[in-house]
Amino acid sequence: MSAEASVTAMPAQNRGWQRDLIGIAVILVAAIAGYFLFPNNLALLTRMIAIMLLVLSLDLVTGYCGVATLGHAALFGSGAYAAGIAAAHFGITEPITMIAIGAVGGALAGLISGIVILRGHGLAQLVLSIAIIHLFHEAANKASEYTGGSDGLSGISPDPVLGVFEFDLWGRTAYVFGIVLLLLVFILLRILVRSPFGMLCRGIRQDPVRVSAMGASVKLTLIKMYVISGLVAGVGGAFNAVSTQVVGLDSLSFTNSAEALVMLVLGGVGSLYGALIGTIAFVWIEDLVSAANPFHWLTIVGALLIAVVLFAPKGLYGTAATLLERYRRGGK
Amino acid sequence: MQTFFSIGVDALAYGMILFVISIGLSVTMGLMRVINLAHGAFAMIGGYIASYAARDLGLGYGLAIVIAVLGTIIIAVPLERFLYRRIYGAPELTQVLMTIGITFCIIGLANYVFGPTLKTIPLPAGLQGPVDIGFRTIAAHKLFAIGCGVVVALGLWYLIERTSFGVKLRASVDNTAMAAALGVRTKIVYAASFALAVGLAAFGGVIGAELLPVEPYYALRYMVTFLVVVSVGGAGSISGALIACLLLGAVDTTGRYLVPEYGEFFFYLAVIAIVWVFPRGLMGRAK
Repeated sequence: MSAEASVTAMPAQNRGWQRDLIGIAVILVAAIAGYFLFPNNLALLTRMIAIMLLVLSLDLVTGYCGVATLGHAALFGSGAYAAGIAAAHFGITEPITMIAIGAVGGALAGLISGIVILRGHGLAQLVLSIAIIHLFHEAANKASEYTGGSDGLSGISPDPVLGVFEFDLWGRTAYVFGIVLLLLVFILLRILVRSPFGMLCRGIRQDPVRVSAMGASVKLTLIKMYVISGLVAGVGGAFNAVSTQVVGLDSLSFTNSAEALVMLVLGGVGSLYGALIGTIAFVWIEDLVSAANPFHWLTIVGALLIAVVLFAPKGLYGTAATLLERYRRGGK
Repeated sequence: MQTFFSIGVDALAYGMILFVISIGLSVTMGLMRVINLAHGAFAMIGGYIASYAARDLGLGYGLAIVIAVLGTIIIAVPLERFLYRRIYGAPELTQVLMTIGITFCIIGLANYVFGPTLKTIPLPAGLQGPVDIGFRTIAAHKLFAIGCGVVVALGLWYLIERTSFGVKLRASVDNTAMAAALGVRTKIVYAASFALAVGLAAFGGVIGAELLPVEPYYALRYMVTFLVVVSVGGAGSISGALIACLLLGAVDTTGRYLVPEYGEFFFYLAVIAIVWVFPRGLMGRAK
C-alpha cells in the first residue's frame, strides 16, 4: 500500500519540481527582459520587487493560513525602519547586513502583530489588524528623533554590494540586487509551502478544528507563520530602504496594507505566482493610470476589485490556471 | 474643572454621532453577517447631498437632512440588490474586498464630482452659537447631536423590541432559514434594514459634519472608527454599540485634549486592549 502510494506520489513531486524550475526560469527571463526593455524605468521595477516581497509575505498568512488582515504593512514598514535606522543612526551601511537587520525587525513586528491579530476571529481580527497598523504608524510618527516623523528618514547611504557593486544613479545595481533577493526568497518559500509545516498551515485554513483535533497547536503554527511572513516582509522593507535610500511614514500606512491585499487578490490568493503576477499588474496599471489621470485612480482600483470578486474570484493566476487545465483536459 | 467639563461635552457629542452612524452598521452586520467597509461612504454621501441642498440650492437645514437621507437610500438600494446580495454568506476576505472596492469607487467619484475640498453644511440660526444651561454654556449643535443620538437610540429600541418588523428582524438575525420557513420574507427584511442602516448613516453624516468634516477621504478616514465601534460593542447590539461609542468617544476626545502630540495612539491602544479582553465585543453573544 505504502509502496504504491510512493510510486504514484513520486512523479507528481517530480512534476512539481519541474514546474518550479520553469517558474524560476520565467521569473529570470522576465527580469532580464524588464532590464533591457525599460532601462529608464528601473526605479519602478525595483519598487515592484520590494512590493512583491510584501505581497508574498501577505500571501503566507492570508493565502496559506486564511487570516484576513488589513495591517500587513506593519511588518514591511518595521523592516524598512529597522534597516533605515541602523544605517542612518548606527552607521551600519553594509547592504546585506541591512537586509538582515530588516528581516529581524520584520520578524519581531510579525511576532507582535501575530499575537495580537490571532486573538480575534472574523470582524475582531480585521479590526485588530487595522488597529495594529495605525498604532505602528502613530508610534513611528511620534518617535521622530529616530524615524524622522512625517518628514521621512533620510541619510541612508548603503555601501557597495559585497564591496564591489556600487549603487548607481540609474538603479542598475539595486535592480539586480533585488532580483537576486527575490529569487532567493521565492525558492525558500517554495520549499516552505511544500514542507509538512506548509501543509499544516493549509490544513488550518481549511479546518482549524480538525487540525487541533489531530493534536497540532493551531495558534502556535500560525504565530510561527507570522514570524516567517515578517522575515519576508522585513526583507522587502529593508530592500526598499536600501534601494530608495529613504523610508517614509507611508510604508507603515493602512493604504499600503490595503493595496497589498488588493494586489494579492488580483493575482490569486494562495499561490506564490499569483502574488507576483498581481503585484506586476497592479503597479503597472497604477503607473499608467496615475500618469494619465490621478483623480480616477481610486475609482478604477475600486471597480477592478468589484470585478475581480464578481467574475474572477481566483484572481488572474488562478483563473488562467483553471482555463489552461480545462483546455488540456479538452485536448486529451 | 473647565477642561473636564468641555472634554465631557465633546466626548458625549462625538460618541453620539459615532453611535448614529455606526448603529446601522452594527445592525446589518449582526443581521446579514456582512463586513461592510463602505458604511462610512454612505455617511459621506449623505453629507455631500445635504451640503449641496443647503448651500447650492438654499434649502433649509431640516429639509436638507430629509433629502440627504432619502437620496442616500435611493443610491444604496440598487447597490444592495446587485452587489451586496451576492456576498451574503461569502468568506470574509470576499466581503472585505467587495466593500472596500465600493468605498474606493465612491471616493473617486465624490472627488470627481464635488472636488477635493471640504464641504460645509450651513447650520440654521438656532443651532449656531452657545446655549446657556445654567452653570455652563454649550455649543448648540453639540447639544443637538447629543439629542439626536438619544432619539435614535430610543427609536431603534422601540422599533426592534416593540414592533412586528422588529420581531421579524430579530427572528431573521437568530435563524434566517427558520424565519423564512415560518413565512418571514427575509429578503425584504434584509433590504429594509439595509435601507434603515444607510439612512441612519446619512443622518449621522449630516448632523456630525461639524465634528467629522465632509471630504472625499471621509469614507476611508472614519471607516476604521465605525468598524471599531461595532467590533467593540458586539455586532447587532444597540446597548453594546452605545456603550462602545461613549467609551471610545471619551478615550479619543481625552487623548486629543490632554496629549494631542500622540494623535490617535491611545485610541488604537484602547481598541486593542478592549478587543483583547472581549474578543466578541462588550455585548456580543457567544455563537
